[in-house]
Amino acid sequence: MARYKMLDGNAAAVEAIAMAKVGVISAYPITPQSSVAEKLSELVDKGTLKANYIRVESEHTAMSAAITAQLTGVRAATATSSVGLALMTEVLGMASGCRVPIVMPVVNRALAAPWSLWCDHQDTMTVRDTGWLQFYCENVQDVFDLTIAAYRIAEDKRVQTPAMVALDGFFLSHSMQKLLIPEQAEIDAFIGPYIPKNLRLDPKDPVIINNLTPSDEMTEMRWQQMMGMKNAETVIDEVFQEFEKTFGRRHSAVEGYCMEDAEEAVVSLGSMSGTAKYVVDQLRAQGRKAGALKVVSFRPFPYQKVREALENTRKIAVIDRTAGLGGQGAPLWTETAAAMKDSGKPVINYIAGLGGRDISMYTIENIFADLAENNGSSPVWIDLKENAENLRQVEMYV
Amino acid sequence: MYKVVNEAKGMVAHGVSACAGCGLELVIRNVLDVLGSDTLIVIPPGCSALFCGFGRETGMKIGGFQGNLENTAAYCAGIRAGLTAQGNDHTTVLGFAGDGGTVDIGIQSLSGMIERGDRVLYICYDNEAYMNTGIQGSSSTPLGASTTTTPGGKRTRRKDLMQIVIAHDIPYAAAASVANIPDLRKKVQKAKDTDGPSVLHIHAPCPTGWAYPPAKSIEVCRKAIQSGAWMLYEYDHGKYTVNYKPKELSPMEDYLMSQGRFRGISAEETGRIQEAAALRYQKLLSLEMN
Repeated sequence: MARYKMLDGNAAAVEAIAMAKVGVISAYPITPQSSVAEKLSELVDKGTLKANYIRVESEHTAMSAAITAQLTGVRAATATSSVGLALMTEVLGMASGCRVPIVMPVVNRALAAPWSLWCDHQDTMTVRDTGWLQFYCENVQDVFDLTIAAYRIAEDKRVQTPAMVALDGFFLSHSMQKLLIPEQAEIDAFIGPYIPKNLRLDPKDPVIINNLTPSDEMTEMRWQQMMGMKNAETVIDEVFQEFEKTFGRRHSAVEGYCMEDAEEAVVSLGSMSGTAKYVVDQLRAQGRKAGALKVVSFRPFPYQKVREALENTRKIAVIDRTAGLGGQGAPLWTETAAAMKDSGKPVINYIAGLGGRDISMYTIENIFADLAENNGSSPVWIDLKENAENLRQVEMYV
Repeated sequence: MYKVVNEAKGMVAHGVSACAGCGLELVIRNVLDVLGSDTLIVIPPGCSALFCGFGRETGMKIGGFQGNLENTAAYCAGIRAGLTAQGNDHTTVLGFAGDGGTVDIGIQSLSGMIERGDRVLYICYDNEAYMNTGIQGSSSTPLGASTTTTPGGKRTRRKDLMQIVIAHDIPYAAAASVANIPDLRKKVQKAKDTDGPSVLHIHAPCPTGWAYPPAKSIEVCRKAIQSGAWMLYEYDHGKYTVNYKPKELSPMEDYLMSQGRFRGISAEETGRIQEAAALRYQKLLSLEMN
């Protein structure tokens, strides 16, 4: 029987990793991910989790060691956040390019500079094109469920692509919530043991992995990765359906809330989505036809599902928790706008929640209010303070 | 599976495209010959990556992974942990990197690997510059040597890799040279048998980068040993052994003048190098005595 537990997001990630029976862990602590690295080492130390724990000296090594460990034929785990993910970036491409289906929780935190310990999505958005799947969690139950589902999706023969499970720093990583944890036997039956389906480092069947590849083959190998991403759309649907049948909880690549007859909609990622749903309820009570669309899978981006969900809306607000500097909009807006390009509907980008600023019900109310009046001015930096122009201005003395 | 028409005798294929007189090729052929087929290798981009092959071809009969430049030791640690998790305690995990991938960009992951005690055999073949990318200076480039980024000769001394790894109290470390293959092979075997991390620092002459005729590789490396520009010694579980102990080191000038890269060196610099070699030799002899 499944049982209820009170866990924070980091502990839920640890629970999922441990229940996936990883053979190797290589993790480097970073705020706000640290308790993941700590708890995994504790489980190994106690013998609860039979795995090798490599106490690495950097995130770069954490990812490198996870890649080759998994290539020998075991599940390997790591987790990171913010600048740690940035340091890993070079090797993220090694995991995806060698089709090593590692599952990695990433605790979202702003990138420096300026220094911030708090949540935004610039870290995972910066690496959105490294060939990893990306799933974003709304709550702590999502952290557990999406991590478990990610093992199935990433390791599927048609996908063979690593996956990040993104959880908002502090808002989820350090938020104690009640969640349902299935029995180990149920998880075993759902995920199964790790079976390498592609490249393998085995002295009995020697192969050199990742040598220099001529221009003659590079395009085709990237095409294979693209197909893995494309296949993932189908596999995500299949796995979520099976997940619902097995564990009774429903997940989907995009989740609509009051979208059937919505005229105005907010599109969101991560923990802000719960707040968006609450505000939609309030607005509905006032008679406004509001809706919320939560994107769970950002990579692959389920553009068809997004288009269908937004088909009947009049105006669309897209909230990005990252600035998208120098672009026409930030990444979630870019994808949504591309999905809606033939619809002629206004798609307005809202930049919110940077460096830990709360995306409160007021923020989302303000977004809906702006959307009603907005005549195509985008992006809108919502909640921007009046002192933005001269905040921390440096006087030059010559 | 591909049909192999002419099976190579060792673990390395015939006809790999190393430069004529390449010291690295001698190193890898001998190392893999001693280690045998129960070995997994990690090679970063660099001269030795040519043994990983190109496209669908490989130059080796063993399995392995071509990593990034700075994480050879990290990839090795991952392989070891993965093998151990599956009950494999027999396969040799070999990191095989040049001086750039070791003493410069790779020093952090190597230090982590040694400190953790990961059972990995790490080999640094040292050709004393970034040879694969066109002879740019590394922190292993010796004082006075001209490279494409030290065109007027390097103004600083080299890093001492052996002393860096010994500072970690590594179970086994040894400096070797292609000028003494039996000694090199013996050290490879010792490293293989070490229950923990081991590092071999191997002098690998480069006729292209050092500017001498390819036929003279062994002669140049022998002069390096005789002059003390390169010293053969071991650090085995805390005990130093100096493997070559001449009564007197031969003149440094003989070694330096055998290569074009030291053409512009001053008499003063030659003197400084000679003096440093003599001091280091005395220090090693005294460490051996203790």
